[in-house]
Amino acid sequence: MELVKPGLGLIFWMTITFSIVLFILSKFAWKPILNSIREREDSINNALNAAEEARKQMSALKADNEKLLNQARAERDMMLKEAHEMKENIISLAKKSADEEGRKIIAKANESIESAKINAMNELKSQVAVLSVDLAEKVLRKKMDDRAQQESFVNENLKSITLN
Amino acid sequence: MHANNRKISSYLFPVLMLLMYLVGNTSQVMGQDHHAAAADTAIATEAVHATEGVAEAHAEAHGEAKEEGKIDAGKLIMEHIGDAYDWHIATIGHSHISIPLLVIIKDAAGFKFFLSSRFKHGHATYEGYKIEEGKIAAVNADGTINHEASFYDLSITKNVASMLISVIFLCWIMLSVAGHYTRNKGKAPKGLANLIETLIIFLRDEVAKPSIGPKYAKFLPYLLTIFFFIFINNLFGLIPFFPGGANVTGNIAVTLVLAIFTFVITSFNGNKSYWGHIFMPPGVPKALWILLVPIEIIGMLNKPIVLMIRLFANITAGHIIILGFFSLIFIFGAMNQSLGLGVSVLSVAFTVFMNFLELLVAFLQAYVFTLLSALYFGSAVEEHHHEEHH
Repeated sequence: MELVKPGLGLIFWMTITFSIVLFILSKFAWKPILNSIREREDSINNALNAAEEARKQMSALKADNEKLLNQARAERDMMLKEAHEMKENIISLAKKSADEEGRKIIAKANESIESAKINAMNELKSQVAVLSVDLAEKVLRKKMDDRAQQESFVNENLKSITLN
Repeated sequence: MHANNRKISSYLFPVLMLLMYLVGNTSQVMGQDHHAAAADTAIATEAVHATEGVAEAHAEAHGEAKEEGKIDAGKLIMEHIGDAYDWHIATIGHSHISIPLLVIIKDAAGFKFFLSSRFKHGHATYEGYKIEEGKIAAVNADGTINHEASFYDLSITKNVASMLISVIFLCWIMLSVAGHYTRNKGKAPKGLANLIETLIIFLRDEVAKPSIGPKYAKFLPYLLTIFFFIFINNLFGLIPFFPGGANVTGNIAVTLVLAIFTFVITSFNGNKSYWGHIFMPPGVPKALWILLVPIEIIGMLNKPIVLMIRLFANITAGHIIILGFFSLIFIFGAMNQSLGLGVSVLSVAFTVFMNFLELLVAFLQAYVFTLLSALYFGSAVEEHHHEEHH
C-alpha cells in the first residue's frame, strides 16, 4: 500500500512550506485583514451607536420642545385666565364701588332731602306759629277789648303754663 | 451568534455525513467493480515486472497496455493519485511531455541534486540511484537494487511542486487582499477581498468563536491558514492538467503534517483542566484511572489521526472515482470501439457530476478540518468548572 505510506520528502517539504506559509500569512495577510475588518466593524458599530444616540437625543429634544411648548401653552392659558380674573375683579370692584358710591350719594341725597324737609317743616311750623299767633292776637284783640277780659285770659293761660 | 452556528452545523453535519457515506459507498462499489479486473491486471503487471525486472513509468505501461489491447486501470489510477518525480503532462504517441523536477538525495556522501530527467523515465540509473516502483532506490554496481542502502529522499516531487505553486498562489491572493485592505482603510471591500472576507468572517464567527470561545483570536491565523491551504490545494487537485492535477491533499504525508500541526498546537495550548481530564479524569474513582487514562490518551491521539485520514480518504476517493470513470472508457474501448464511445458519454456525464460533488467536498473538507481543529483547540483552552458530567 504505497498510498498510505507517508513519504519522507513530502513530509519534510510540507512541514517547511506550511510553516513558512503560516508565518507569512499570519504576519502579512491575516493580521492586516483581521485588523481592518475589526476596525471597520468597530467603526460601523460606533456609527450605529452614534446614530442611535443622536436619535435618542433627537427624541429627547423633541420631548423637551413639546414640554416647553406645553409649558408655554399652559402659561399662556394661565395668563389669559389671570387676565380674565383680573378683568372680572376690576369689573366687580368697579361695580361694587359704583354701587357704594351711588348708595352713598343716594343716602346723602336722602339725608339732605330729609334735612331740607325738616328745615322746611320747621320753617313751616314757625310760619304757622307766627301766623297762628298773629291770628290769635288779632282774634284776641277783637275779643278782649276790655282790660278785665285780658287779665283773666292771661291768668288762665299763665296757670296752664306750669313752670316745671 | 451561537444559536446561529448551531443551526448551520445542524444541517451541515447531516449533509456532510451523507456525502461521506455516499463517497465511501461509491468508492466501495467502484472498488468491487474493478476489484477482479484490477487484481488480475495487478498480478499481470507484477509478473511482467518480475520477468523484465524494469520499472515502468506509467506512460510506458499505458502504451504497452494499448498495444496489448487492454488497460491496467488500477495501476493508472494509483499512478495518478500517487506521487512522481516528474510532472507528466501528456503522452503523444511515444513521446512524453513532462516537466523534470529536482531530485534531492541525502546519503552518506552528502546531498545530491539533479533533475529527474536523468532517470529517463525510469530507464536509466544515475549516481547510483534509479526509480523502482515509482520510488527512488539505491542500486548496486551490478545494477541490482540495494535494499540496505540508507539515504533520505528529499526530492521536489510532483506533489511538492504542485503544493509550492498553490502556496505561492495562495500567498499572492492573500497578500493582494491584505494590500487592498491597507490601501482602502475603513472602506467596504470589493471584488476578491469581498469574497475572501466573507470566508474569513464565516470562519471567525461560525467556526472559531463558537468552538474556541473567548480565546479564539490566538488560533484564528492558524485556522484561516489551514482552511485556505486545504481549500486551494483541493481545488488545484481538481484541475486536470499542469498547475493542478497533483493529489496534494489526498496525500497522507500532507494530511499527516497538517494533523500534527493541529495536534502540536492543541497540546501546547492545553491548560490544566485539559491535561487533568486526560491524566486525572475527575469524578471517577482512582482505581478506574488505570482503565481511563489509556483510553483518554488514545482519544487524544485519535483526534489528529482521524483528521489525517478523513481529508486523505475523501480527496483520494474523489480522485479515484473520477479516474475510474475515465478508465471505464478505455476498458470498454479496448473490448469494442463503439462500446467505448457509448460508455464515454456516460462516463463524462458521471465525471461532470462527480466534479461538482468534488467542488463541494473540496470546500467541505477544508471546513471540516478547520472546524475540528477549532473544536480541539476549544477543548484545550476550555475552562472546566468541574461539572460532574463524565
